[in-house]
Amino acid sequence: MNNDVAVSMQNITKAFGTKVVANDDVSLDVKKGEILALLGENGSGKTTLMNMLSGIYHPDSGKIFVNSQEAVIRSPKDAYDLGIGMIHQHFKLVDIFTATENIALGMKKDVSGSNKEIAKGIKDICDRYGFDVDPNQKVYNMSVSQKQTLEIVKTLYRGANILILDEPTAVLTPQETEKLFSVLINMKKDGKSIIIITHKLNEVLAISDRVSILRKGKYICTIDTKEATVMSLTEAMVGQKVELNIERNNVKNKEERLIIEHLTCLNKYGTKALDDVTFTAYGGEILGIAGISGSGQKELLESISGLHPAEEGSSVIYVKPETKEKTQLIGKTVKQIRDLGVAMSFVPEDRLGMGLVATMGMADNMMLKSYKDNRFMFTSRRDSRKLAEKKKEELEVVTPSIYTAVKKLSGGNVQKVLVGREISSDPNLFLAAYAVRGLDINTSYTIYNLLNERKENGCAVIYVGEDLDVLLALCDRIIVLCAGKLNGIVDARTATKEEIGMMMTHLNEEGEEDGNS
Amino acid sequence: MAGFISLFQAAVVFGTVIMFGAVGEIITEKSGNLNLGVPGIMYLGGIASLAGVFFYESSTENPNKFLCIIIALLCGFAASAFGGLIYSFLTITLRANQNVTGLTLTIFGSGVANFFGGSLNKLAGGVGQISVAATSSAFRTSIPGLSKLGAVGKLFFSYGWLAYVAIAVAIICQWYLKRTRSGLNLRAVGENPATADAAGINVKAYKYVATCVGAGISGLGGVFYVMDYTKGTWSNDGTIENLGWLAVALVIFTTWRPKNAIWGAYLFGILYWAYFYIGGLTRSSQEIFKMLPYIVTIIVLIVISLRKKKENQPPQALGLAYFREER
Repeated sequence: MNNDVAVSMQNITKAFGTKVVANDDVSLDVKKGEILALLGENGSGKTTLMNMLSGIYHPDSGKIFVNSQEAVIRSPKDAYDLGIGMIHQHFKLVDIFTATENIALGMKKDVSGSNKEIAKGIKDICDRYGFDVDPNQKVYNMSVSQKQTLEIVKTLYRGANILILDEPTAVLTPQETEKLFSVLINMKKDGKSIIIITHKLNEVLAISDRVSILRKGKYICTIDTKEATVMSLTEAMVGQKVELNIERNNVKNKEERLIIEHLTCLNKYGTKALDDVTFTAYGGEILGIAGISGSGQKELLESISGLHPAEEGSSVIYVKPETKEKTQLIGKTVKQIRDLGVAMSFVPEDRLGMGLVATMGMADNMMLKSYKDNRFMFTSRRDSRKLAEKKKEELEVVTPSIYTAVKKLSGGNVQKVLVGREISSDPNLFLAAYAVRGLDINTSYTIYNLLNERKENGCAVIYVGEDLDVLLALCDRIIVLCAGKLNGIVDARTATKEEIGMMMTHLNEEGEEDGNS
Repeated sequence: MAGFISLFQAAVVFGTVIMFGAVGEIITEKSGNLNLGVPGIMYLGGIASLAGVFFYESSTENPNKFLCIIIALLCGFAASAFGGLIYSFLTITLRANQNVTGLTLTIFGSGVANFFGGSLNKLAGGVGQISVAATSSAFRTSIPGLSKLGAVGKLFFSYGWLAYVAIAVAIICQWYLKRTRSGLNLRAVGENPATADAAGINVKAYKYVATCVGAGISGLGGVFYVMDYTKGTWSNDGTIENLGWLAVALVIFTTWRPKNAIWGAYLFGILYWAYFYIGGLTRSSQEIFKMLPYIVTIIVLIVISLRKKKENQPPQALGLAYFREER
């Protein structure tokens, strides 16, 4: 084996459960003193692959070699001992501890010395690579970027020679990103190997030496960054178009339903999750929303349905189908917006997290959205029972009875219950996010048919999807979000996958392209 | 003055019971386990120590006082730690609900203790009241000389030696949590077990050990109550349970710092006995004054919630079961 290879992963396969194969026969090499970018769409298995290197998961099959020695990594501690450190997206820090205490955590005293010695060690590392850390600062007083810096210093203090960074720039401002990159380059010069997980093409081109691409859990290729272009990387990332036979009728009776102007809202870090988004959704069409996860999709749907506050100057106008009466949705409560005929079915990673009560049966879950319509303080169980039985039949929900707790159903069936209930209120505007996440093909088609049915009825459907093939086959128009900005609206009948892939990863505006999007 | 001295003395005796309970519970809660079984654990500690020395004293003519103390402490600590072990197994390994498990442990402990307490009273024969006089007098030995120093001697030096051990234990626990590497790791486990796990700390082991040792310390409160306050006898009037709940309240009052448990416990003791020394109370108005410790705890809880100082908040992962992230 080559001597300047720091880590070599060979034929790694990892499956979760029986259906989901997160990594399928992936091989990867990282050389000493290089920055390797690991590129791929959401769900392509980048983080899972790296978690196997850092000891969070253990591969089902395949081998890992560190410095040409075969290594078995069963825990984060094993990884540390081999000199591998990973900086996760969610920082592993204790809030009420100081920087020094966080670094001291879990170390043997005879190895790490006293807190004073650790503080000195921190200073040495800071001076060497250009970090800025106050050893006595409490973590809860730190900014996101300071926390990330502390994570990196912690990893280096523990003697890591191989650093893995999971989407490190997702939470940073452009200035902070630049600072991070200059530090990474210093570390590279010092002979450290760095793997950076990302889906931002400009960053790949700016910092990496080589880039490995994963797609849907499979290893695609590794190229020298010098020879890569935005176009070639996008192609490798999104792959060939797959033909899906989803029925798509032409838009009939197109009428304005939702007019969004200058919608801006902030995330919990105070940065813009949505930045001046303007578009119109029409009744009788399915409007797709494409974008890398975390580009503002969630905030968009939530601000329409009243769950997320919008900034001043934003406007979300709902047009009532019959009367053409216009209503400003911003400032209305969730209940008021629902009563206007806006329904939302949001399927988060954890399907039971939002909208369904796991321990209740179908019938009771149906009632959750309608019990307020009952006249007196008593609830009527008859209506919800009928509705549940109807949905069970229509959507072929597999359940022993409508009273069986929904947590006992399979994922697909839970999703049918959720989407079915939302549609049963006969909405005029339907918001669906990740409606087919984790579903098998047949169930997915059932859901597509439901959405198409809504479209035929003149409902405006907004569909947030992950799979570009599905978006292209199902939707009429597609909005592409990139870093909270609306990067373009394309006709789904003529657009290509590459076109959308480029828009997802690269802001269109000139001057925004060099690393500070 | 005499009234104050006797109030203070009563407060120190009950305060010591509460202090043991609270310091043990702080160690437990610092690992993220909310063990509401403190009253039950104190019962277990009390009855086990009593049973242990009863069998020893009745087996020999001249019981060795030193051996009596060792047996009482060992039995009390072991039985309480066993209570902690039951709790740990259920909540850490089987991930049962912590609140339910703790409350059940309280019921279990008081049931077991009162059952065996009754049996011991029967076994003792005679007037139907068990008594381990030798051990009790060994526990009640105070510092010779010093306790005779008038008011000062009565206030500070008139107690059984276990009362001073309680203060020492609180100081040691404070030092352990604040100054040692292992204490740092323990706090990390209670704050953010995922982070501790990623740092290579054995989260389960820390939780098990902290909960069992914490329960053992809490149980010493029961030992002190039985050996010192009730002079080596058993009565099931429910006082141990009252003191156990006060210990749980005191943990909040101290904002999870053992050093605050020292003065906090005596304050709780004074508040507990205040009704006895306030003139003109009827049986029913006494009860209102018995609420004082709980009212003070509620006020402290409101104040720390309002001030939002991060260091004064409960451990972040308190009450939550930890399991590694798996998809």
